[in-house]
Amino acid sequence: MADRSADTGSFEQLAMPHFAKLYNFACWLTRDRAAAEDLVQETYTKALKGFASFQQGSNFRAWIYRILRNTFLTTEAGLEATVSLDSDDTVAEPTTTETPESVLLARFEQKAIQKALENLPVNYREMILLCDAEEMSYQEIAQALGIPIGTVMSRLSRARKAMRALLMAGSEEAAR
Amino acid sequence: MNCELCRANLDSYVDEGLSPEELGAVHEHLRTCQNCAADALARLQMKRETRAAAAKRFTPSPEFRIRIEQAMRPQRKPFWKIGTLPVWMHGVGVAALALLLIAVSVILSTRHAANDQAIAEFLDMHVATMASANPVDVVSTDRHTVKPWFQGKLPFAFNLPEVQDSPYKLLGGKVIFFDYSPGAQLLYELRKHQLSVFIVQEHAGWHPFDLASTTGSEKGFSVESWTGSGLRYVVISDTNRADVHGLGELLRTAAPQ
Repeated sequence: MADRSADTGSFEQLAMPHFAKLYNFACWLTRDRAAAEDLVQETYTKALKGFASFQQGSNFRAWIYRILRNTFLTTEAGLEATVSLDSDDTVAEPTTTETPESVLLARFEQKAIQKALENLPVNYREMILLCDAEEMSYQEIAQALGIPIGTVMSRLSRARKAMRALLMAGSEEAAR
Repeated sequence: MNCELCRANLDSYVDEGLSPEELGAVHEHLRTCQNCAADALARLQMKRETRAAAAKRFTPSPEFRIRIEQAMRPQRKPFWKIGTLPVWMHGVGVAALALLLIAVSVILSTRHAANDQAIAEFLDMHVATMASANPVDVVSTDRHTVKPWFQGKLPFAFNLPEVQDSPYKLLGGKVIFFDYSPGAQLLYELRKHQLSVFIVQEHAGWHPFDLASTTGSEKGFSVESWTGSGLRYVVISDTNRADVHGLGELLRTAAPQ
C-alpha cells in the first residue's frame, strides 16, 4: 500500500492553492455561504479519497473543479439546477436590442454585473465564471464540466449574450 | 474575412483561443471595420469587468481554511511507531496495551456492525446513482466498451459477462471510491429495475470491511456479496433476491478463476 501520509502531503500542496477560488465558485453555484462551505469540504474529502486515481501530470485544477461541480449536482440546489445544467435547449435565447456601441458605451457597476450573474441559469453562470473569473482555457473548462470543447464555445457564446441582455435590461430599467 | 465570420470568432478572440492564422485574419478585419472593432472592445471590456466583479466576490473565513487544512493533514502516528519515548511514557504504553486488548474484544463483538456499515455505504452509492441525472460515466450496453473504459483508472481488472442472451442489460459504469480505494460500479437493467454491481479490491492483511459472503435484504434492497480473485463483489437492487442472485451467477461465471 502506498504511503498515505506522503500522498496526503502532495495532495495538500496541489489542492490548497485552489481553496479560495473553489470557495468563491461554490458560493456562486449555491448562492449560500453555509452550503458553499459544505460543498467545498465535501469536495476536498472526495478529492483526497480519490487522489490515487488522479494521474500525475494531468490538470489538477480541472480535476478538482469537476469533483466540486459533480458534488454540487448531488445537493438539493444542484438537483434543482440539474434540469438545465447539461442542456442548452431549456434556456430561451434572450431578445435584445443591443448593439456593440450600446454595450461599449454602457459601463456597468460591479453590483449590476454580480446581479446579472446571479440571475443567469446555472449552466450559463458556471460557464462565465470558469472562463472570465477563473480564466480557464476552453480545454480546461471542457475537462472540468465533462463536455466537448465545441459545447463549451457555443454555450459560452449563449451565456454571454444572455448576460449582456440582462445587463442592458437592468440599465434601461435604472434609467426609467 | 467578413463581419459575420469575424463576430463568430470574437468570443474566442477575447478568450485567446484563436490559432495564429485566425488571429491574423480577425486583426486584419478589425483594422478596417468600425462595428466589429467596437464589438470586440465591448466584449473585452465585459470580460475584464466580469472578472473584477466575480473572481473574488466571496472569500472564505480563516477558520474555514484552518478546518480544511486540518482535515487534509495526515493523522498523527500512533505512539508505538515513534522512535524514542520518555521513560514515564512506558507506563502509559502498558496501560495502552491493556486498553488495546479490551478494544480487540469490542471490535470482535462489533464485527456485525462493521458489515452493516459497509453495506450501508454501498446502499448509499446505489441510491445516489439512482437519483443522479448522469448515473454512469461510460454509457454503453457493450461490455467491450465498458470494460476497457476502466483501464488505467483502477488498480485491478475484472471480467464482465455476456448478457445478450439474458434478461439483464448493461447500462454502463463509473469509478467509485470505497475506503480510500478506487473501485468499479456497473449498472444493469432488468425489466424496470436497475442493479448496481460494485467491485472493489480486497488487500491482503488489510480489511477495509469485514463482509462475509452474504445474500440478504437491507432496507428493502436485495444484496448479494462474495469474493473472488482478491476482489469483493456486491450486487444491490430494489428487485427481488432471485434477480440479484441471477446477475451474481453471471458475474461469477465471467470472473477470472
